[in-house]
Amino acid sequence: MLKSRHLLGIADLGPDEIALILDTAEAMTEIAARPIKKVPTLRGRTVVNLFFEPSTRTRTSFEVAEKRLSADTLSIAVAQSSVTKGETLLDTVRNLEAMAPDMIVMRHACSGAPHLLARLCRSVIINAGDGMHEHPTQALLDAFTIREHKRRLDGLKVAIVGDLLHSRVLRSNVQLLNTMGADVWACGPATLIPADLARFGITVTTSIERAVADADVVMMLRIQHERMHGHFIPSTREYYALFGLTPERLGRAKPDVIIMHPGPMNRGVEIDSEVADGPHSVILAQVTNGVAVRMAVLYLLAGQEGEAD
Amino acid sequence: MSGTRLLLKGGRLVDPVAGRDGEFDLLVEDGRVARVGKLLPADGAEVFEVKRGWIVAPGLIDIHVHLREPGQEHKETIASGVRAAVAGGFTAVACMPNTDPVNDHPGITELIMRRAAAAALARVYPIGAVSIGSKGEQMAELGAQKAAGCVAFTDDGRPVASALLMRRALEYAGMLGVPIVNHCEDPSLKGDGVAHEGLVASRLGLRGIPGVAESIMVDRDVALAELTGGPYHVCHMSAYQSLRAVRAAKDRGMTNVSCEVAPHHFVLTDEALEAPVRYDTNLKMNPPLRGTADRDAMLDGIADGTVDVIATDHAPHHADEKLVEFDNAPFGIVGLETCVPLVFERLVHTGRITLARAIALLSANPARVFRLPGGTLAPDAAADITVLAPDAPVTIRAAALASKSKNTPFDGWQLRGGVAATIVGGRIVYRNEGL
Repeated sequence: MLKSRHLLGIADLGPDEIALILDTAEAMTEIAARPIKKVPTLRGRTVVNLFFEPSTRTRTSFEVAEKRLSADTLSIAVAQSSVTKGETLLDTVRNLEAMAPDMIVMRHACSGAPHLLARLCRSVIINAGDGMHEHPTQALLDAFTIREHKRRLDGLKVAIVGDLLHSRVLRSNVQLLNTMGADVWACGPATLIPADLARFGITVTTSIERAVADADVVMMLRIQHERMHGHFIPSTREYYALFGLTPERLGRAKPDVIIMHPGPMNRGVEIDSEVADGPHSVILAQVTNGVAVRMAVLYLLAGQEGEAD
Repeated sequence: MSGTRLLLKGGRLVDPVAGRDGEFDLLVEDGRVARVGKLLPADGAEVFEVKRGWIVAPGLIDIHVHLREPGQEHKETIASGVRAAVAGGFTAVACMPNTDPVNDHPGITELIMRRAAAAALARVYPIGAVSIGSKGEQMAELGAQKAAGCVAFTDDGRPVASALLMRRALEYAGMLGVPIVNHCEDPSLKGDGVAHEGLVASRLGLRGIPGVAESIMVDRDVALAELTGGPYHVCHMSAYQSLRAVRAAKDRGMTNVSCEVAPHHFVLTDEALEAPVRYDTNLKMNPPLRGTADRDAMLDGIADGTVDVIATDHAPHHADEKLVEFDNAPFGIVGLETCVPLVFERLVHTGRITLARAIALLSANPARVFRLPGGTLAPDAAADITVLAPDAPVTIRAAALASKSKNTPFDGWQLRGGVAATIVGGRIVYRNEGL
């Protein structure tokens, strides 16, 4: 069982808990292979998907996971307009709570927003991405996918390349991979490296050649165009020239390297199409595994309802 | 206040300006200090028994508070603000001009002074805006504001971003003999940052504000103070680079430069954002809680004399405004009622500074920097007195604060050292009945 009744971030999970989630997800993959892809585990439970930020991929993945577990689900895309109307996050959630949901899956543009709710609400909170902080289920599905292909996590060289500064995927993955004993390298332009990143216990470099050399896993991060107004990079063209994952650069990695991307991809900016669609790519497997991992998380957290925090 | 007589009997009188530290009685007549001496007779005066171990000090002066009136009375009013002040041991406060409307005009200064007089607790010294609306464009009528009662000028809440305006303000205020106080922060480097740029912000995914966002403007201002000779004071200094800049200025003999530090910047670091409560908006302030090197630099500067003043940057905000996402919460915490216990606990009881130095940082120095009366208990000085109980156990209770707002990160903290009584103009305006 998990120690916390919420899933707010990888930072709160120990190695045993991570292994438990991954093992449980393994069992869940079998359900997707059945002709009738549904089990009654969460029957009668209500799960609210509360998305304050647009996200087709993560929201859909959670919805599929919830439905396969027979939960009653409700997905709410909260437009920014409700904020301009003056309603606070807490008011929004208290209104929802008045309808007695069991779990709230939340995506929010502000780091720490799920932590605020976890402190003040009754429901189990699952963080589906908060600002630049964490995206725990993404890191878990990434780990699951790596394990699926490499049979282990410890000792692997994992290179994470791209916009490190704004990436919650980076933060969750670094914590998870560190905890599980991988050798993590982070690479991006100097302008997009968070302060003191090297103190996360990883290797930080601005050379994609060094990052990718002998890598077992290359994880590409999206260049977030919408955040590029702070003189971070001169142009996407220059970014591709310096940091794009091309077939040539990939040639430095181990022959059985796998390529990952949390999506959505900017083809020709952070990754060449030939690489994205090539034999090393496991990008679609990540999407498939996302459902199983989220089923595992929902299942494990539902089992603890009613227990004290 | 005329005709009243009060005798403070017993206790240890510490007056750094008069160079006095010892067991003395103090007699107040007509709101002024009449006599300081051994075993003074009561002669019909009201007697205040100062308990053994208590300290009789010149009234504490906080030169950086936000009283929020006019315009944001849901956070604080002048009346509630001065109640908090005297409960915190402050006999005088200087209030920032970022009210609504901004105090950039004698009419607003007069309103503040009228309300303060009606509240009749702590003395209130308004600070005027440097520029109209604190917009940083056109200089406000500093002369008229001074005539109305302003004791200093600042656009606090915002920096004076234009070097030219800062230069002119220093020249003009120098002519008037009034300091320019700057909230130092390069707007482009601060950007939309919400926390100190460093390991903690990186872990929590919070947008960072580097220490140099502050010090780069301190460096600029020191250069302008050198050019103009105008009296210049750095607000709520937080970064070690800023301290270095002020120290260098003082080392080369610049007597027109001074600075202040707020208690939270010498007590806390950004690590507090991670535990015990992650993303506690009561730890969101501007400048942000910084790293250990910065916190230690503030402590060193307080000990070695580089820091002139401890000021609280008392910034009340309504609970609803703080009960939001960290990014969306306003900057600031209340400080008037937590200052004295924090100074005792972290500076005096630890042996970092002497009691006399602590009192100088809280009374004589703010009086000197802002050219205010007070800061001493020499005969004929106004009888503004703070009675301190250095060894009294104090538990900070946010709900019990006199301030209208309760936004403090120190709720539940158990400290040693408190305020026994506050006397303004010879009148006891606060008494801690719990002691």
